[in-house]
Amino acid sequence: MAYHFNFNFVWRYADKLYWGLVLSLEIALVSILIGMVIGLALALAYTGGGRLTKTAVSAYVEFIRNVPLLLLVYLVFYGIPSAGGFAYDAKTSFVATLAIYSGAYLVEVFRAGLDAIPKGLVDAGKAIGLTPWQRFLYVRAPMMFRIVLPSLSNVYVSLFKDTSLAYVIAVPELTYGANWIKTNTFRVIEVWLVVWPMYLVTCYALIYGLRILERRFSLVRR
Amino acid sequence: MIQFLINTLPFLWQGLLVTLAVSGLVVASSLVSGVLFGVGLVYGRWWIAWPIRVYSDILRGTPLIVLIFLIIYGLPLVGIDFGNYASAVIALAAFKTAHVAEIARGAIQSIHFGQTDAGKAIGLTFRQRLQYVIMPQAVRRFLPPWINAVADAVKGSALVSLAGIVDLTLATQQVIGRTYDPLPMYLLAAAMYFAINYSLSMASRRLESRFAYVRE
Repeated sequence: MAYHFNFNFVWRYADKLYWGLVLSLEIALVSILIGMVIGLALALAYTGGGRLTKTAVSAYVEFIRNVPLLLLVYLVFYGIPSAGGFAYDAKTSFVATLAIYSGAYLVEVFRAGLDAIPKGLVDAGKAIGLTPWQRFLYVRAPMMFRIVLPSLSNVYVSLFKDTSLAYVIAVPELTYGANWIKTNTFRVIEVWLVVWPMYLVTCYALIYGLRILERRFSLVRR
Repeated sequence: MIQFLINTLPFLWQGLLVTLAVSGLVVASSLVSGVLFGVGLVYGRWWIAWPIRVYSDILRGTPLIVLIFLIIYGLPLVGIDFGNYASAVIALAAFKTAHVAEIARGAIQSIHFGQTDAGKAIGLTFRQRLQYVIMPQAVRRFLPPWINAVADAVKGSALVSLAGIVDLTLATQQVIGRTYDPLPMYLLAAAMYFAINYSLSMASRRLESRFAYVRE
């Protein structure tokens, strides 16, 4: 009656899991980079913009934050191409979804970061005759990035976990690899018992590594 | 168009009810266990606090979908078979418990230790201090982030569709399987989720501004 564990099948296809993990990390990285561009642009538009811009940015943020990511994945991969009569491959679609998704969270992060910059510093920049662009580049941006760094690493780690949803549209990341092994070898529980620690260890390795980075760049040196 | 809505809305309605039922079960059970765990984290001896800390850290480092599959396939292995629906709810509740525990811990720890000392000084027992001094203050800090966690639970409940449970997400897909017109259906489902979650986040914001006066 007792179940006989047999991990041999999992090890035989370990390359699927390994490359899946690499792809998961890649997807999370590319998505957060695009998401940062979206987030920063919209945060600047929000802080400097008129009422119409503010409403538009809030609408985007609220829509994305209040709809399940799974539904957004379906919406972008199946919904949008069906209306436009064009198609893109699953990986592109998922990265786009995750970028739009993280963008909505990063707008808030960057907005808080911009707000946290002491007003005196920006005024000092004005006083020595920096143009608005120079004030952004030399005063606000360097300050803001250091302030938001902890939030950025949190978003990155949670995006890495969210890449597990890519398997629903057959992007060959870690969870897809796990499902592939599952359906081909029927070693269901073994697969998940291997994949689970892989996610866990990677998550904490990321958190630990990013903490070191944060400490290196933090405003207050300890 | 009207005919289309009359044909599809009953399906979506059934799905929506399942989504609400799953979310409700998850939110209610994780509220109880999460607050207990949070109190255990703050006041427990090491043999209580430490296992809770490990539990919380492990669950928060696991993708939700992996946890759902682990519990659906793992529980039968130890001789417990509740079926997909209950297993998925257990997975979501276990995951949410970790988050609620952290929110409760943060809320309790945000209360100044002088309050506890004052309670001790007038001779209140631990239970009385918790009941009359700490909790009434901590609940104000607890509510706004907890409502965000509730909205998160509603969003997370969409994942049960991957375990074959016909919630709003899977009902939408089943309708699309008949009509072959995905965009309007997905947008309709998104609007339904949005309506639930946006009202929750509005409630959270209102509570936050209402409780904003308790700042040291």
